[in-house]
Amino acid sequence: MVTVVHPNLEDTNAKMSARDVSVFYGDKKAIDDVSIDIPTKYVTAFIGPSGCGKSTFLRTLNRMNDTIPSARVEGEITLDGEDIYRSKMDVVQLRARVGMVFQKPNPFPKSIYDNVAYGPKIHGLVGSKSEIDEVVEKSLRRAGLWMEVKDRLEDSGTALSGGQQQRLCIARAIAVDPEVILMDEPCSALDPIATAKIEELIDELSGRYAIVIVTHSMQQAARVSQRTAFFHLGKMVEYGRTSDIFTNPLEKRTQDYITGRYG
Amino acid sequence: MSPAILLVLALGLGLAGWLAARARAWTFRRDSANGRIAALPVYHAWYVALWIVVPVLLFVGLWSVIAPQLISQSVLASPAASDLPAFGFQRDAILSEARSVASGSAKAVFNEAANGLVEPYRAAISRYNLIGVLATLIIAFLAGAWAFLRIKPDFTARTRVEKAVMTILLLASLVAILTTLGIVVSLVFETIRFFGMVSPLDFLFGTQWGPDPMSNPNSPDGSRYGAIPLFWGTIYIGAVIAMIVAIPLGLMSAIYLTQYANPTLRKWIKPALEVLAGVPTVVYGYFAALTVAPAIRDAAFAVGITNASSESALAAGLVMGVMIIPFVSSMADDSIAAVPQAMRDGSLAMGATTSETIRKVLVPAALPGIVAGVMLAVSRAIGETMIVVMAAGAAANLTGNPLEAMTTVTFQIVAMLTGEGSFDHPATLSAFALGFVLFMVTLGLNFIALRVVKRFREAYE
Ligand SMILES: Nc1ncnc2c1ncn2[C@@H]1O[C@H](COP(=O)(O)OP(=O)(O)OP(=O)(O)O)[C@@H](O)[C@H]1O
Ligand SMILES: [Mg+2]
Repeated sequence: MVTVVHPNLEDTNAKMSARDVSVFYGDKKAIDDVSIDIPTKYVTAFIGPSGCGKSTFLRTLNRMNDTIPSARVEGEITLDGEDIYRSKMDVVQLRARVGMVFQKPNPFPKSIYDNVAYGPKIHGLVGSKSEIDEVVEKSLRRAGLWMEVKDRLEDSGTALSGGQQQRLCIARAIAVDPEVILMDEPCSALDPIATAKIEELIDELSGRYAIVIVTHSMQQAARVSQRTAFFHLGKMVEYGRTSDIFTNPLEKRTQDYITGRYG
Repeated sequence: MSPAILLVLALGLGLAGWLAARARAWTFRRDSANGRIAALPVYHAWYVALWIVVPVLLFVGLWSVIAPQLISQSVLASPAASDLPAFGFQRDAILSEARSVASGSAKAVFNEAANGLVEPYRAAISRYNLIGVLATLIIAFLAGAWAFLRIKPDFTARTRVEKAVMTILLLASLVAILTTLGIVVSLVFETIRFFGMVSPLDFLFGTQWGPDPMSNPNSPDGSRYGAIPLFWGTIYIGAVIAMIVAIPLGLMSAIYLTQYANPTLRKWIKPALEVLAGVPTVVYGYFAALTVAPAIRDAAFAVGITNASSESALAAGLVMGVMIIPFVSSMADDSIAAVPQAMRDGSLAMGATTSETIRKVLVPAALPGIVAGVMLAVSRAIGETMIVVMAAGAAANLTGNPLEAMTTVTFQIVAMLTGEGSFDHPATLSAFALGFVLFMVTLGLNFIALRVVKRFREAYE
């Protein structure tokens, strides 16, 4: 079965494209023949029941699957038209351009300042202390965390609240000025207020970056995304504008899922 | 022989009590209205069995101490004992010879005088054996009957059995603690005696070590009891040279094993390293003394250092370092593995390479655990004895030259205790003072290390 793509999806320029991508864990196929274009300056949401392969597919986009020995990727994924799985691709460069925020906030056990400065330092983006200061402040401001932490930059990142930690992780990710940001259920460990803050942040960031977010919350997908892809059993069932998917799903399985008759 | 028989008897009686009580509890259960009683039959069974076995064991323990005394007393009271030499060593020899013939562990007497005593011994032994067995039976029966009569349908046997088991476990754990306490107390006691003869200031700050066990014990020369060279040798070998070897190698092997090795390789190398930790230290001692020390001396000659000693701090320290590698690596391995995978993923997702991730995230995050591992390793190294006894030498040199012989606290403890001095000579007693210092230092190191590890564990829970 092929993916149903909504016909009125106007042709935005794709930042990343996947063509016939399958992912295996050992012999087990976790993603089956997925093709999708991820537009720049939009938020794309991946939804679907647990275990359908959303995280797996998301991780292929910055090759985090490389860290799982049994994982194998087939098909083609491009970033600005370049195949990211070609042998000459520098994974370090790729991950600097395609950043990632995880489900559970995972700040390093370092100071808030060092957490944000980590990426710019390892990629040699900054030289002098004042340059680093500038990047740290800019990133924390953009992540909406600056006002809360500007007087305690030397405190450990792990001493922040869960919501603050997650915004710190977002600040850390945007500090290297990526082109794409992947977020795997970034709000699932947060309360509604912290969630609202992150959603607001995603909204603000979407003007600059291509953002892909995995979420289990239909409301969240509806609120923050402009594109939605519905996954089921390793396949991408339906893809289109968020408004179309939620008001006028073409597939019965999609409809069942978003109306809550499912998983 | 007889305590063994009594033990078997105790267990047999316990089993009988167990079976009887269980059968009785079954009948309660059958007769009760709803098939339920306050505790399962098996708990009633254990309750009675414990009541039989514990008193019997206490009696057997006591009996095995007092019975031999009763036996000798009755033999000495017999007419055949009248022509024994009055006291001393000869009399004891004759008695013990007669005893071993009587109990069957020797065939015939060597000393004629013992012949007449064999029969009285034999009679006394069999008499007291009989008494022992009878007493055991009586105790078992009385205690068992008392317990048996207490079991009723509503008797809470389970809580009582659990309490008894808990007490037994508590006693078991107390054995180790009490033994340690006993050691410490005796150590403190002897140390105080030593400091009564030699001033603690001379001992702790003096720089000359050379106690003479043949000197007059009543007026020891305090200036020969300066332990600084020993402390220095201990630290230099155990905490400096050994750690220069063990820290980098242990850390690197931990990093390799946790981050780079594929699972099959890890499956082989990790146990291999742990086996290394189980090699008896005397084997390392051989290696240090017979292989490493001569090789170091020859190498020193080759580069023109002619006064290198054939026993050296370097040889002992190097081998000790190798011995300690598994401790450092296994603690470092555990702490690196305890850093959450999310931390590693977070760093890799930022575009950090594996080596950047290790240097900038994993090792700093695991640092408290690694430091604690190093402290435990140091405490082991400074307490290590065999390697330094065999390879470091006995000369109390206060020098920084690793090619010279040096001595350590542990070496001198051995030397002083096995030396020619009498037991209450200050030279011998100095071993206890040295042991006390060593004990306090290692205890302190372990204490701090364990606290650090605990804090670290909490941080990731
Ligand atoms: N490291 C792995 N090794 C083997 N199988 C895996 C691994 N990770 C995921 N899988 C399998 O791949 C399938 C897809 O998993 P994935 O984590 O991508 O699902 P998901 O859609 O993100 O689910 P959730 O919403 O619960 O996070 C599942 O069947 C899962 O069991
Ligand atoms: Mg997932």
